[in-house]
Amino acid sequence: MKDTDIKRLLYTNLLCIFSIVLSIFIPTIFLDNFSILETHLTWLCICSAFVTAVNLVLYLVVKPNVSSRRSSLSHKVTRALKCCIYFLLSCFFLHIIFVLYGAPLIELVLETFLFAVILSTFTTVPCLCLLGPNLKAWLRVFSRNGVTSIWENSLQITTISSFIGAWLGAFPIPLDWERPWQVWPISCTLGATFGYVAGLVSSPLWIYWNRKQLTYKSS
Amino acid sequence: MQKVSVLLFLGWVCFLFYAGIALFTSGFLLTRLELTNQSSCQEPPGPGSLPWGSQGKSGACWMPSRFSRVVLVLIDALRFDFAQPQRSHVPGERPVSVPFLGKLGSLQRILENKPHHARLYRSQVDPPTTTMQRLKALTTGSLPTFIDAGSNFASHAIVEDNLIKQLNSAGRRIVFMGDDTWKDLFPGAFSQAFFFSSFNVRDLHTVDNGILEHLYPTMDSRAWDVLIAHFLGVDHCGHKHGPHHPEMAKKLSQMDQVIQELLERLENDTLLVVAGDHGMTMNGDHGGDSELEVSAALFLYSPTPLFPTVPPEEPEVIPQVSLVPTLALLLGLPIPFGNIGEVITELFSGGNDSHPQASALAQVSALYINAQQVSRFLHTYAAATQDLQVKELHQLQQLFSKASASYEQLLQDSQEAETSLKTLTAELQRFLRGARAICIESWARFSLVRMAGGAALLAAACFLCLLASQLAVSPGFPFRPLLLVPVAWGLTWAVLYAGLAVTAGSKVDTVVLGAVAAAGSILPFLWKVWVSWGSNRPLVPLLPVPGPVLLLLLIRWATFFSDSFVVAEARATPFLLGSLILFLVAHLHWEGQLLPPKLLTVSRLGSSAPTGPPRHSGTYALRLGIGLLLCTRLAGLFHRCPEETPACHSSPWLSPLASMVGGRAKNLWYGACVGALVTLLVVVRLWLRRYGNLKSPEPPVLFVRWGLPLMALGTAAYWALASGADEAPPRLRALVSGASVVLPRAVVGLAASGLVLLLWRPVTVLVKVGAGASRTRTILTPFSGPPTSQADLDYVVPQIYRHMQEEFQGRLERTKSQGPVTVAAYQLGSVYSTAMVTALILLAFPLLLLHAERVSLVFLLLFLQSFLLLHLLAAGTSVTTTGPFIVLWQAVSAWALLATQTFYSTGHQPVFSAIHWHAAFVGFPEGHGSSTWLPALLVGANTFASHILFAVGCPLLLLWPFLCESQGPRKRQQLSGSEAEARVRPEEEEEEPLMEMRLRDAPHHFNAALMQLGLKYLFVLGVQILACALAASILRRHLMVWKVFAPKFIFEATGFIVSSVGLLLGIALVMRVDGAMSSWFRRLVLAQQR
Ligand SMILES: [Zn+2]
Ligand SMILES: [Zn+2]
Repeated sequence: MKDTDIKRLLYTNLLCIFSIVLSIFIPTIFLDNFSILETHLTWLCICSAFVTAVNLVLYLVVKPNVSSRRSSLSHKVTRALKCCIYFLLSCFFLHIIFVLYGAPLIELVLETFLFAVILSTFTTVPCLCLLGPNLKAWLRVFSRNGVTSIWENSLQITTISSFIGAWLGAFPIPLDWERPWQVWPISCTLGATFGYVAGLVSSPLWIYWNRKQLTYKSS
Repeated sequence: MQKVSVLLFLGWVCFLFYAGIALFTSGFLLTRLELTNQSSCQEPPGPGSLPWGSQGKSGACWMPSRFSRVVLVLIDALRFDFAQPQRSHVPGERPVSVPFLGKLGSLQRILENKPHHARLYRSQVDPPTTTMQRLKALTTGSLPTFIDAGSNFASHAIVEDNLIKQLNSAGRRIVFMGDDTWKDLFPGAFSQAFFFSSFNVRDLHTVDNGILEHLYPTMDSRAWDVLIAHFLGVDHCGHKHGPHHPEMAKKLSQMDQVIQELLERLENDTLLVVAGDHGMTMNGDHGGDSELEVSAALFLYSPTPLFPTVPPEEPEVIPQVSLVPTLALLLGLPIPFGNIGEVITELFSGGNDSHPQASALAQVSALYINAQQVSRFLHTYAAATQDLQVKELHQLQQLFSKASASYEQLLQDSQEAETSLKTLTAELQRFLRGARAICIESWARFSLVRMAGGAALLAAACFLCLLASQLAVSPGFPFRPLLLVPVAWGLTWAVLYAGLAVTAGSKVDTVVLGAVAAAGSILPFLWKVWVSWGSNRPLVPLLPVPGPVLLLLLIRWATFFSDSFVVAEARATPFLLGSLILFLVAHLHWEGQLLPPKLLTVSRLGSSAPTGPPRHSGTYALRLGIGLLLCTRLAGLFHRCPEETPACHSSPWLSPLASMVGGRAKNLWYGACVGALVTLLVVVRLWLRRYGNLKSPEPPVLFVRWGLPLMALGTAAYWALASGADEAPPRLRALVSGASVVLPRAVVGLAASGLVLLLWRPVTVLVKVGAGASRTRTILTPFSGPPTSQADLDYVVPQIYRHMQEEFQGRLERTKSQGPVTVAAYQLGSVYSTAMVTALILLAFPLLLLHAERVSLVFLLLFLQSFLLLHLLAAGTSVTTTGPFIVLWQAVSAWALLATQTFYSTGHQPVFSAIHWHAAFVGFPEGHGSSTWLPALLVGANTFASHILFAVGCPLLLLWPFLCESQGPRKRQQLSGSEAEARVRPEEEEEEPLMEMRLRDAPHHFNAALMQLGLKYLFVLGVQILACALAASILRRHLMVWKVFAPKFIFEATGFIVSSVGLLLGIALVMRVDGAMSSWFRRLVLAQQR
């Protein structure tokens, strides 16, 4: 593992953060009355699109998973389709989990689903980019000593921190502060976003500090 | 370590907690000092002359009497809007039809037709809004304190001065009819009384019809001066059906007719008062301080003109206690000594015909007498205690002396009128309001020393639990001396304190005595631990490393400090539980125990902790987790809303079926409830069969086979009767009422007899000594003669166990007809958990009976949830073969969270108005007479059902991993072919799971693990208490302290006491089974040798 790798990781992560920041400011140019809280759902969609786009671009440019095999176009298409299906499935799966956690079943379905979409964007999309539609690889990355590169390590950290952020975001909901961001699911989406950003920032730093201890099986 | 010392140690720790709770409670829930001084006619309330020189006149006291007689109609829970006149509607528009609106038409008519004779007020009630507190306030004019709220059904005579006492000493004849709470409050005060039991809140008509039978004859007989009628129908209708039920309209119309009849019979010298003692919530309950509970109706009417003006558009708001001085002065009585109410001045104007000047003077005089009386009370009270704020008291006194000076001046020079009259009235009113405010303030003052002491004791007990739970499993820790020394010290300190107190001549306070004993015993323990461990080893490893689970628990404890979270606990607990479950699943995956390692082929190198192969198929734990989340969510559908969240809708499924209108839905629900019951039964039987315990001829198993279905049948029949009792034809009424007495008692009796059977013969093992007996004997050859020592027995026991297995295995192989061969089918391996599960299901039935029918679904979910949770926890626990056995923190925390979640999903809330009082009538539809402990027991069992079940079932946390041990090998056997199996068997014999017999193999570790389990559970619960206590003390000035924090503390403390007793019982049951196992083995060995 070289320091240049860590530097590349840091830059890509900063780009992801930049995309989130852009998703807050760019729409204000084109849309009237746009704000994160007032038109939260619009922002959710935009943010999700931005982050996905940046992830895809980064994946195409940086190519962190060096696949030696040259594959045919049809293979690529099926792979892309599979990725879409996986993304949708993860959205539905997360939606079900939210409902099991106490989200309303019938009211606010759209809100809940969009929350699932944004959380999938923060977690599933990087997984798809890095590991492809390969559940076994996913499961491997999220187990003890399962990571094989700093990219996977970063993925592990950002995904877990996104989930923790979303989880922490649920805590202000019962408080009687009467703030607009306490409404379901705004605090959770904000929490997930903060968690994602925190993960993006902290993962290169953490890897840098622990670079002596980290030994990956060479891939 | 011995069993007895484990129980004693746990008992001692419980005592420490109890002492802490008692000390804290004594400082936190203060009672008001009740002064016994009496007002009297001869003694005016203050210096200075009384107006009109009224002393000495007959029938006059501090003021001349305006009415010689009064009829007080108290309609329990008559909320203000029940009596509010309805505006006439626009002709084309249909008025909103709500069952309780506009039903008291007689009030409206009289207010419109005789505006100078009648007045309606919105009377502002002080919490707690329970009937007894309100009756006390309505007669003494004082503020009953919070601690009285609990004693609603065990009331005692009022010692303070009150209206009834004053009436009696003035020689007036009081006739009472209605609620028998008055009998306890005013024993022997009535010249004639017709009491009817108030306890049966399900009975809408007995009290009211009883009153109506006597009311008009009494009224016509004229043998009374004061007639009090306390109707309960409206209140009971609220409790049973809620205010929005058609029954409420009927009840209010009946009350309207009563008032109409009374109005017609009133004579000129009589005042009619119609009052509600408190309101009711949307659900028809009361006790708290929500807006609907604290606004009651108050209506006054006199056949002679009483008011100088017409009523205002919107009725005036007055404090409820205002009625007391007003009635006293109108009747020519002294105002009760402790009254802090303020007279309603407009009643003293002398009607519409008197001169305005004279009328204003009369009003101010009444107010002045009232102020004199309140000033005298404040003075006396401040002299008796030190609770009143000195500064504010001083200001009030100045205000009063200023007012009295200007009053004297006014009397001398009554010409210069209006402005001075007005300022004087304002001053007097300011004084009276200030006095009331200072009293309210001071009667919520705390003893900070006791609160701090109690909290410190609780904290120390928690720390001790933490420490001892780690020490318990470490080998060779001397617990017996560690227990004896503190107890000796505690006793010494207690005796010392008692001796000191007696010599000093003060009374021995049991709370302080307990606290001294607890503190005296805890300190030597901690010191001894410090000496024996801290000196040569660092103390840090003794404390558990706070993992994510402890973080979760910390979050939970932090939520006790926020009123929003306490209110939202019903939603927050499932959330935390779900988080813990998902964390457990994720952790299993992280550790590689969820999936077979071949899925995770890439790099396992450098893994420091060698992880064993997963014992289960890939998605096993995931399925368990999802199932648990689903059950939790379903249980969350049974949700009762706290009063604080008006937007929330309570689940309609928590109400009894009897309140449902519509036959078809009712029948469907009834079917679902019975279905839940049957499923529960089937699940338990399947479980027992799975572990092979259903074949045993032992009495508890026979009881499970035959007694449980009988209990289910009884319960179903009772539900059928209870839900359709109102629809039964009259001929069957007697039969139905008889059955609704007998059936619940029969079910409880069956459950009790089942428990007794279980305690008598807890070992449910099928013993078959047949052909294989000779083989069994061979292993016993090392022991010729009976086992001489415990060591022999300890060695023999696993031997027997293994060979019994061998023998049965051979037998089962020969008779293949018995289905899939399970290694676990030897019953011995599940002997402890069988007893536990049987005990739990036997306990569950009576508890279920106390709830509404549809809560049976929650009970089913409860058993499913705990079953799934136990499996999930067992999947994450590695079974050590020879101990020490460890109960994980996550297991105990999840269990405690599940208990809390079930508390909410069975329809409870930690507030007094949400207590299910109707549970007291299960099996006692006629009430309990004078006994109070039985209804208290029933209501308590209803409220703390989940605490009881989970505390008793706590040992399952220790037992279940051993029970699940059988699953791995079973899988392997199924995979291998039957031919190979026979050959493989000899090698596999060594791996045969001993399951719970492993615990028996290491009795010392078993006891230590039980102790650790108990201590950890006590710790988790104890820290909750500590958090509640700290929250209540830190936030004691918080707006929500009486509404949220104090009730939460009381519920949590009571829940802790119930849980700790349940825990001790559960552990004792396991020990009883263990003891029975020992004697069973001994008998078996003897039988083998014969
Ligand atoms: Zn009442
Ligand atoms: Zn009531």
